[in-house]
Amino acid sequence: MTINEIQEELVEEFSMFDDWMDRYEYMIELGKSLPQIETRYKIDENLIKGCQSKVWLHAELNEGKVVYTADSDAIITKGIVSILIRAFTNQSPSEILNANTDFIDEIGLKEHLSPTRANGLVSMVKQIKMYAIAFQTQVN
Amino acid sequence: MQEVTNIKSDFPILNQQVNGKPLVYLDNGASSQKPKVVIDAIAKYYTEINANIHRGVHTLSQKATDAYEAARKKLQVHFNAKYDYEILFTKGTTDGINLVANGFTSFLNEGDEIIISHLEHHSNIVPWQMLCERTGAVLKVIPMNENGELVMAAYDELLSDKTKLVAVNHISNALGTINPIKKIIDKAHKFNAAVLIDGAQAAPHIKADVQALNCDFYICSAHKMCGPTGVGMLYGKEAWLRKLPPYQGGGEMIKEVSFEKTTYADLPHKFEAGTPNIAGGIVFGVAIDYLNKVGFDSIQQQEKELLNYATTELLKIEGLKIIGTAKEKTSVISFNIEGCHPYDIGTIVDKLGVAVRTGHHCTQPIMQFFNIPGTIRASFMFYNTKEDVDALVVAVKKAKMMLL
Repeated sequence: MTINEIQEELVEEFSMFDDWMDRYEYMIELGKSLPQIETRYKIDENLIKGCQSKVWLHAELNEGKVVYTADSDAIITKGIVSILIRAFTNQSPSEILNANTDFIDEIGLKEHLSPTRANGLVSMVKQIKMYAIAFQTQVN
Repeated sequence: MQEVTNIKSDFPILNQQVNGKPLVYLDNGASSQKPKVVIDAIAKYYTEINANIHRGVHTLSQKATDAYEAARKKLQVHFNAKYDYEILFTKGTTDGINLVANGFTSFLNEGDEIIISHLEHHSNIVPWQMLCERTGAVLKVIPMNENGELVMAAYDELLSDKTKLVAVNHISNALGTINPIKKIIDKAHKFNAAVLIDGAQAAPHIKADVQALNCDFYICSAHKMCGPTGVGMLYGKEAWLRKLPPYQGGGEMIKEVSFEKTTYADLPHKFEAGTPNIAGGIVFGVAIDYLNKVGFDSIQQQEKELLNYATTELLKIEGLKIIGTAKEKTSVISFNIEGCHPYDIGTIVDKLGVAVRTGHHCTQPIMQFFNIPGTIRASFMFYNTKEDVDALVVAVKKAKMMLL
């Protein structure tokens, strides 16, 4: 699936919930089901700045595609990371760089997060794109 | 004493819904809510007497000046300062601490020592670290025990002739511990060290008598005492205030200015450069009147009942651990739930209408001591009720169920 298709799918999934408690429950579920990051990547260098909870993000290039793995000590944050990873993982660096991030607003993620958490979300997206920039030079 | 349910109706903001749920406000440690008399007084000031103070000969300026100075007098009476000019208006507690820390720059030499405690807010740590960097003085820290109480025996050992200043809080914002400040002050004075008390968390709950305490400085913020934001008080003993150099230069704080030499105004104006927060100062006085009308005995009684009830009810939740179990505690409960990040709990209870604080509460050294990322903190004021505690317990239980 393309990034756009995945993002549309995410928007649709979240539109099924009427109330924000249900959305949080879903995010918690997503957080719990996020695949474990390898322990050796849970290091300070991989911590994303600007998050009130700890978020580790690691990326690898696998046959021209960027594969992201992540973890967080807070479960809702982990759910948010898991949404972002689903949207961007296993795509080429240029696709990741060209992708827009409107789906975040469409899901309503930001407006229902505290400002500190919303800042953390911006930092996560930025870090995802930074990895893509780094790998793009390798691909080229 | 007014009935508590009546008291709650003094606070218009509490009568609302957030996220579709009735608001339960338990973040009073961060900022208290304002009674209608305080809100009305702000409008009244701007509607009737707004003018710059200590300057004009016109009637409004006189009225505003009189009201501002009357507020200073109220603070003097409330904290039992010897003179009204020992009361300085500041922007808040942080501002007051920085004023003293800046003033001490010229008093300290390399190797002199400043003592703070492990329980301090960053505002009572960082200004002293900056002072140490400027002067070569050394910062010493009174340790705490597992209950969040200061280890007084260690304090005795830290004190010496090198100690020039001791700065501790009256009450810990993160844990609610009430510190034995009278003992701390008396011990420091034996070594001729000045003592600054950060009263930000205490002033809403305890009426401090600065002469009985014999502290050299006592500092607090209006917004935690049902007053407006952006204004606070620094009490300083006359002798210290005369010795300290001015903090900021500008209008109001001068006697005479020429390009060769400026002489400074007398106390308290020497420390109040520029147009102050006039409305804030005046309404701070209204907030003090309000608190005294409710009565500090009633305030303490209600808050003690809330603390005991909330402690008992929260501890019924399996896996809940209270951080900060000092014998002498105010109505603050910091806690964690095994297996849950405080941030997750805070997010969900907010959706249920309960406002608590989560995180490190600007006290990272305390979090490091307990080796935790942060806590959930419920802090109560006299206008809170047992129903508020019940709502908190229900919300925390629901959050725990969702998260685990």
